Amino acid sequence: MIAAPRLHLSKADRRNLRTAAPFILPWVIGFFAFTLYPIVYSLYLSFTSYSGFGNATPVGFANYQHLASDPLFFKSLWNTLYYTGLAVPIGLVVAIVLALAMNQKVREVAIYRAAIYLPSILPLFALTFIFIVLLNPRFGFVNYLLSLVGVPTINWLGDPKWTKFSVVLLAQLGAGGPALIFLAALRAVPGELYESASLDGAGALRRFRHITLPLITPVILYDLIYGTILGVQIFTPAFILVGGTSGGAAYTAGPDNSLLFYVFYLYKEAFQYSDMGIASAMAWILFLISVVLSVIIMRWSRFWVHYEVS
Amino acid sequence: MTVAQKEASRLAARRRPARRWGRFFNKTVPESLGPRLILIVMCALFLLPFWSMATAAFKTTQELSTFPPTFFPLGLEWSNFSTAVNYIPFGTFFINSVILTTGIALGAAISNPLIAYGFSRINWPGRDVLFGIVMATIFIPFPVLIVALFDIFAKLGWINTFLPMIVPAFFGNPFFIFLMRQFFRGLPGEISEAARIDGANEFQTFLYVILPLARPAVAVVVIFAAVAAWGEFLAPLLYLQDEAKYPLSIGLQFYRQEHAVSYNLLMAASTLIVLPVVALFIAFQRFFIEGVTVGSVKG
Repeated sequence: MIAAPRLHLSKADRRNLRTAAPFILPWVIGFFAFTLYPIVYSLYLSFTSYSGFGNATPVGFANYQHLASDPLFFKSLWNTLYYTGLAVPIGLVVAIVLALAMNQKVREVAIYRAAIYLPSILPLFALTFIFIVLLNPRFGFVNYLLSLVGVPTINWLGDPKWTKFSVVLLAQLGAGGPALIFLAALRAVPGELYESASLDGAGALRRFRHITLPLITPVILYDLIYGTILGVQIFTPAFILVGGTSGGAAYTAGPDNSLLFYVFYLYKEAFQYSDMGIASAMAWILFLISVVLSVIIMRWSRFWVHYEVS
Repeated sequence: MTVAQKEASRLAARRRPARRWGRFFNKTVPESLGPRLILIVMCALFLLPFWSMATAAFKTTQELSTFPPTFFPLGLEWSNFSTAVNYIPFGTFFINSVILTTGIALGAAISNPLIAYGFSRINWPGRDVLFGIVMATIFIPFPVLIVALFDIFAKLGWINTFLPMIVPAFFGNPFFIFLMRQFFRGLPGEISEAARIDGANEFQTFLYVILPLARPAVAVVVIFAAVAAWGEFLAPLLYLQDEAKYPLSIGLQFYRQEHAVSYNLLMAASTLIVLPVVALFIAFQRFFIEGVTVGSVKG
């Protein structure tokens, strides 16, 4: 078995391995068939010219060279990093604030918790359609409510300055899920810590800064990495907001291609231009980007993640 | 305290000298008022999209295009729903969504407990290393795989069938494996010991002893898998080409492909799509909340 790191296995080890094998076999098969093989196969495809039909012909690094000189590729990369750089920190703050609110001693807090969590399980495609109405500059609630406090009309989905931020706002509807995870982390903080800090005269803000925050850093780390991985694969809202593929191959993805996210461009290369080779090269670059970003966050976290000694 | 009493004490407070106000305030206004107000505002923000959808679904086209928007529809245009359902092959899309959701939830219910059992209740060399790899796959973005997967499924002749979405569900999902594994690890080892002494083999122990105990955890997996499948967008977009095979997520686009978008119909259809999820949530709220927090036990 692949999972045997030692050469000398005791009889009991061997028996346990044999007993466990049928249980984990589905995962092992699925991992090879639906994850590992596709990754290796797309690495191969990225060095070929392939339309999806017939044979893939090797072209060396031509696909990567093509991408290196494609302004739309860089545009999509920039859009995606811009979105991720905005959505992840905002999402983190929103989730923590929601968790702190959900942790208040209010009798009917379960109702509020449910209401805040509910949007995060609704289908993203449906929420996107709802946002088209909600953010409509003419009849949407958002601009109307903002106009009551004197904010001029914002063309959320028509102005390239605002389109990505609209998707960031949309993503916040899913903050209820991470908020519940933070809530569990908040509840795991021993109450005595707060009590003794209060006796020492620490205010709410200092208690949060010096007790709560350090103790939830492992969850913050998880949220940052997972949020980043989700961020770089943003696709569905952009695809729906620009009206799918109804405009044919020539249409731009949102005003000034401002919603042309990386995966959107990958999708277009693969399934509209039938250029599986270039799309595979993009897939591999995305894979590397997500690995690099995760490693950077992991390294950086050494400076601030606080692991309990116990 | 009744509203009248509150009002009375508020008026009384006003008559007192200003410096005693603070003390009085602390006594009459419950401490939870501030947090409660903040929570209510947060809920309003999170439910605003929902309200926007539900009200738009009941408005006439005319009312929907007026400014300022009406927060309560002037009349209930129930016919929007029947029009919306007949405007596109809603019934077909709905049935397709139900088939996909059922298949994926079934696959999740069968595969994940089995796999998680192997990762928790049997102690074999290399187990935790391999489990580390299971967890690492969470961080592989799905779009990285779509080109190759499409080609693989095309060669298998699975394009335009539900198989590319349903079959992988039978091979486990790292989140659900983790969730089940956490649950299994919480069950005392003596239970398995007792079963073994009674002569049960490992699979029998799993099927007849452990799995029945794990019903709440399996319910969590089924619920989350079903909700995710109901909202699945990218996979059906890739693998289904025939309109008759579309689930609701893809079919909903059709409201926009005519030149004039009928937003009230779109919102009526969205309401019909969202309602089953809301109903599921209300019915199984505890499972949702517990399911999310399982992952937080160890960061």
